[in-house]
Amino acid sequence: MHPKRKQKLFIILGLVTLSAMAIGLTLYALRSNINLFFSPVQIAAGEAPVQRTLRAGGMVKEGSVARDPESLDVGFVITDYVEDLEVRYSGILPDLFREGQGVVVVGQLDGKGHLMASEVLAKHDENYMPSEVADALEAAGYSPADYGDAAKNTESAGGATY
Amino acid sequence: MLIEMIPELGHFALVLALLMALVQAVVPLAGAATRRPLWMAFARPMAAGQLFFLLVAYACLTASYLLDDFSVANVANNSNSLLPWYYKASAVWGNHEGSVLLWSLMLGAWGFAASCFSRDLPSDMLARVLGVMGLVSAGFLTFVLVTSNPFTRLLPTPPQDGADLNPLLQDFGLIIHPPMLYMGYVGFSVVFAFAIAALLGGRLDAAWTRWARPWTNVAWAFLTVGIALGSWWAYYELGWGGWWFWDPVENASLLPWLAGTALIHSLAVTEKRGSFKSWTVLLAITTFSLSLLGTFLVRSGVLTSVHAFANDPSRGMFILALLGITVGASLFVFALRAPRVSHAVSFSWLSRDALLLVNNILLVIMTVTVLLGTLYPLVLDAMDLGKISVGPPYFNALFVPLTVILCVFMGLGPLSRWKAMPGREMARRLALSGALALTIGLLAPLVYGGEWNLWVSLGLVAALWVVLPLVRDLIDKSRRSGSPVAALKRLSPAYWGMVLGHLGLAVTIVGVTVVSNYNVERNVRLAVGESASVAGYDFTLTELGQQRGPNYMADTATIAVSRGGEERLFTMHPEKRLYIARGMPMTQVALRPGLLRDLYVAMGEELGDGSWALRIQYKPFVRWLWLGALLMAAGGLVAVVDRRYRRRVKARSGQSSGDQGAAHLSAPREASA
Repeated sequence: MHPKRKQKLFIILGLVTLSAMAIGLTLYALRSNINLFFSPVQIAAGEAPVQRTLRAGGMVKEGSVARDPESLDVGFVITDYVEDLEVRYSGILPDLFREGQGVVVVGQLDGKGHLMASEVLAKHDENYMPSEVADALEAAGYSPADYGDAAKNTESAGGATY
Repeated sequence: MLIEMIPELGHFALVLALLMALVQAVVPLAGAATRRPLWMAFARPMAAGQLFFLLVAYACLTASYLLDDFSVANVANNSNSLLPWYYKASAVWGNHEGSVLLWSLMLGAWGFAASCFSRDLPSDMLARVLGVMGLVSAGFLTFVLVTSNPFTRLLPTPPQDGADLNPLLQDFGLIIHPPMLYMGYVGFSVVFAFAIAALLGGRLDAAWTRWARPWTNVAWAFLTVGIALGSWWAYYELGWGGWWFWDPVENASLLPWLAGTALIHSLAVTEKRGSFKSWTVLLAITTFSLSLLGTFLVRSGVLTSVHAFANDPSRGMFILALLGITVGASLFVFALRAPRVSHAVSFSWLSRDALLLVNNILLVIMTVTVLLGTLYPLVLDAMDLGKISVGPPYFNALFVPLTVILCVFMGLGPLSRWKAMPGREMARRLALSGALALTIGLLAPLVYGGEWNLWVSLGLVAALWVVLPLVRDLIDKSRRSGSPVAALKRLSPAYWGMVLGHLGLAVTIVGVTVVSNYNVERNVRLAVGESASVAGYDFTLTELGQQRGPNYMADTATIAVSRGGEERLFTMHPEKRLYIARGMPMTQVALRPGLLRDLYVAMGEELGDGSWALRIQYKPFVRWLWLGALLMAAGGLVAVVDRRYRRRVKARSGQSSGDQGAAHLSAPREASA
């Protein structure tokens, strides 16, 4: 074979091998690092895996936030108005976390139906409802009007602390 | 009377700018195709006129903000009479409509700059370049006028006061971050226009790359600074102490940066050696397409984040259509024209050509992995296959090893020669640097952290492996003739640019490595008089108070910091603000910056019995992240002043790439990448 053509062949073979490796590794990394989203209904129905990082979302139930007086531990309940999910967290809650607002929680289920949260995300705008939460609420049979003013004005700027 | 008409004047100017962009797009391109000098001559005045009217439109919008004209919907939604004037002026681009206008203004400015600094260009090339830029500009101005008009009025009953600017955006970082980022995004349109013009003219030789290189460098430098500013802003404004979240919006800016970095290197090969021609054109198209994709992701509302202003699906569709047309049309032209000009130049496996090829492959793989992780959740969601999120572990798992491999080749690159290099010479020149990098890198964690840490060593070895061969090379070069200073002075700016750029990346890598591994973070519960110890510093809460700002109320804390039981070193003042107009709380971080460490205190929440949750962090070397980015950007700019970019090129002299490349290889100059 002509040396130039040979070099070209090697370049192409190298490219194909490298990209195959890259894609393989990428898919592998993707598979082990994807967090699925679940609503409280799905979790109560046992659809969510235990001891695997997942995302859950809903409204923080009024009157459910309980702080430990000594430490930074906090417990609260998120709800889609059908089922409730108890969340335990240790640390500082985001600025926009409050009762009656939508939040997304990242964490693992402990087998007793509690979610041990490693991260709590609240959107950085009073009017904004996390889209996953809005969809989950709708799936649970609630129209946006039912959960108040929060979702009325979804057109204004949304912001996340992620 | 005139003041009341300002928004209409702006609107009118915007329409005129669109018309000029259309003329700039159609007439010069047609002129270049039919060889009519008069038609081609339309390009330059149209670029100037377009910029003028865009400036008028932009000034009108800014005036509406400064004059509190709440009858303009854009002003009413994003400003407030209590807002300080500098935030009113920067609020112009703190929303969807205004930021797209800024995008268009910058596109006009780049087009005008290209028309000014390219007087040596053959007239048909210039006509094509400006024509392509006119096309892009026309697309965007249509987008602004049809879907995102910033001058829409709220008449006849305008609100009494505005809804205020999102408090997160009321910050110095916001004043400069978006313009820098946009300058980078939009700047890649110039190299894109050059590439398309070269394809259209059938002159896909080394000449276009020499014209395009300075533009690419400048755009890349702006983008680098823009990304660094965004990271810095997230660090001190979001109150979490993180500096990179692998958020889709951040990824959207990283994608064109990675592709642009590959482009800079591939342009070098094409200019010097005449090889990789089609590849370089393809990269130019890719880079600008990724800039457009970034704009689409951020502006379309498919992502929800602090940047996603627009939730109107028609806007998303419009940008997606623009993106589709740009990519489709460019690839179509590429497919028609590119095969004609390919001709291979051979090189050995150990040569600068080969190493730059590896650099390109690695950077493209990095781009693809980031792209995949960013788009995968969106595609799944769009196809209704479930809601997922791809977390930082994915990106870290792929990005860190790829960066290390990239560094391995970066150590070899600057020392290698074009075409071929004996392996023994390479080994001889690198042996000492390699040994030093390994020794220092392996020992440093022991000295600094007290115990050995694989990741720290890996990062440090990689960074040193990039830097030490460069130092060695500089020493060798300074010894070559006469006094060292004179010898160093003779090195070309392009060479110095490369040195700075690589050095910058190494500095950033050191910053990332150290702060990721030695970062100390504690969330504590403190009442007045209590203290907490973090990384050897004692933080004592001495006072809680309240304060009133121009448009917010704030809870404040005073924290005395001491070390090792001695008296107080300094005090820090974090705040928790409540912005009145939106009722939105915000954390104002107290920072004690330093070259070797930052101390970071943020107020969390009040815990009832008078105590507060505080987030206290010790962040070693965090400044190196952004310092490195600044060095990289400086490198990009230094390389631009290289004399060869200003050398007069006779029209048509670049017909065959062979003689161009040869002329440049024989030029008496130090190696430059």
